[in-house]
Amino acid sequence: MPSSIPVSNLVDEAPETHPSDVVEVPWINIWQRFKRDPMAIMGAITLLTIIVGIVVGPWFYTVPPNVIDFSQSGQPPTWSHPFGTNDLGQDQLARILIGGRVSLAVGLAAMMVAIGLGTGVGAIAGFYGGWLDGVLMRLTDLFLSLPQLPLLLLILYLFDEPVRAIAGPEMGTFALVTAVIGGFNWMPVARLVRANFLSLRGRRFVLAARSMGAGSFRLVWSHLLPNALAPVIVAATLSVGTAIITESTLSFLGLGFPPDSPTWGRMLYDAQNYLEVAPYMAFFPGLAIFLTVLSINYLGDGLRDALDPKTQRSQTG
Amino acid sequence: MPRYFLHRTLTTIPTLAVISLVVFLILALAPGDPMGEFANNPAISEAVRENIRRVLGLDQPIHIRYVKWAWAFLHGDMGYSFTSRSPVMDLIGQRLPTTLSIVGTAYLISAAFAVPLGIMSALKRYSLWDQGITTLAFIGISLPPFFTGLLLIIVFSVQLDWLPFIYDSTLRVTDWESLIGQLKQSIMPITVLVLFQMAVLMRYVRASVMEELPQNYVRTAHAKGLPDGAVVWRHVVRNALIPVVTLVALDIPSVFTGALITEQVFRVPGIGALLIDSIIRNDTPVIMAITFIYAILVVCFNLIADLLYAILDPRVQLS
Repeated sequence: MPSSIPVSNLVDEAPETHPSDVVEVPWINIWQRFKRDPMAIMGAITLLTIIVGIVVGPWFYTVPPNVIDFSQSGQPPTWSHPFGTNDLGQDQLARILIGGRVSLAVGLAAMMVAIGLGTGVGAIAGFYGGWLDGVLMRLTDLFLSLPQLPLLLLILYLFDEPVRAIAGPEMGTFALVTAVIGGFNWMPVARLVRANFLSLRGRRFVLAARSMGAGSFRLVWSHLLPNALAPVIVAATLSVGTAIITESTLSFLGLGFPPDSPTWGRMLYDAQNYLEVAPYMAFFPGLAIFLTVLSINYLGDGLRDALDPKTQRSQTG
Repeated sequence: MPRYFLHRTLTTIPTLAVISLVVFLILALAPGDPMGEFANNPAISEAVRENIRRVLGLDQPIHIRYVKWAWAFLHGDMGYSFTSRSPVMDLIGQRLPTTLSIVGTAYLISAAFAVPLGIMSALKRYSLWDQGITTLAFIGISLPPFFTGLLLIIVFSVQLDWLPFIYDSTLRVTDWESLIGQLKQSIMPITVLVLFQMAVLMRYVRASVMEELPQNYVRTAHAKGLPDGAVVWRHVVRNALIPVVTLVALDIPSVFTGALITEQVFRVPGIGALLIDSIIRNDTPVIMAITFIYAILVVCFNLIADLLYAILDPRVQLS
């Protein structure tokens, strides 16, 4: 064990007796472990570059993404259009930058929905136990055995227009897509949080807090949740990648965002009819999805190793 | 053991009942009129539409509609397609074998590659070989299947012109030539699925073998003088593959997701492509039936994985 054992472990039990339990690691140690993983660093840098490019890029790269110009249609990459143009002569780089905002926003929002739901369900199940735990875990199992994509498509097919009518075409689809993607991705988080709560519930620092009169909310919020945070952070990171792929899939099948909002999946959907004449139309949006998801996966993997001292031990010895 | 099998098999019934209820409720509670298809048709008057509603039982309360629907479904009656006017059962019957054969072939091939690669990767961990395989696995899980599909089409159909990029559903295997044709058109859809599933499986196998290697029984096997190969194949792998079965079970929905996308990319006439077509054509009976068929497939394969787990692992509590 590292020499700087956090206080909560000292007042608890000797860490050696519970090697597999949740071990709190000082943040400085986490960073030191994280930076030893070159792929995780690469992932973080790539992701940061993509995010900065998407957020700041459209201010510097001022070619409009929506101007239709048939004289420029299907151009290969050139200096004036670095990623080429699509069938309508719209600049692909500008569209990738704008579309990236949508894709990343959906990924982050869906992650928050999934983490919120998952933490809520897992915390209630793990904290209260008993019949409530049974019911919630059956629900989790049920959701895990649902055919996700067909149901997503079914819900989008049925609810897209009404929701659009209420909240407007862009916001309506955004809200629906994030809600449904998040609503089908909370189960692993719920299981993680529940398992952690079950193992933490009987620990002495929790008993101590309880004996000092801490209420349920306080126990969960300031004692149990912070100790179960590490796996949730990892799951949150990875679920952003899953959500981006799911959103792209929906758009690729032609059922996500409306055609005029260029998400990465939608650009691939448009490109698939021009594979013979303009393969670069498919290449760049696909590459954007791939690079983003790959760097998120590497980042999540690095975080997992850094946050979980168990894996580190098996690596060094 | 037979009691566990029976118990596990019977528990799929309530699961399926709840899932069917969920699918039914999503559809029943959705805003919009299932008769919307007819609303724009000037040949059908208001009175006729009311009649159709009554004939279809749409004027009845929701729980009665559910029971009737479920009862009919159990008898294989899934209604009629709005667009092709043929029974949904027949449409699905034509498509399901294609989907299952593509998914099955892809899964067998990916398992055949992933298990040995994963084991080797775990045995030589942190070697160049392991890093190569781990990197490939990461790329595999990060590449969305639709992008892999488009890339394969660009390279092998457009640039090299080796493989057809549209699956010809009318092709019947009668002689050597048509067999080659069938193989050629199946290569790309199956490769897309294999790449993704292999990456997932390989990571599971690698992680699982690494968990087993430091165990005492492995040390004992080495200590009593067994050759390395025997230790790995007869002791480690047999134990390591048990948890893999559970992980595979959890992954089954994503297998069918991948199949759906692949079918759409290559126009393979499976139920996934039928689902997308039906959504585009607002063909509600078909959409509903296919969604539920997917649910049944997922639940059935979960059941198989669980039963397999009980056979493989004698420690499973048979209570």
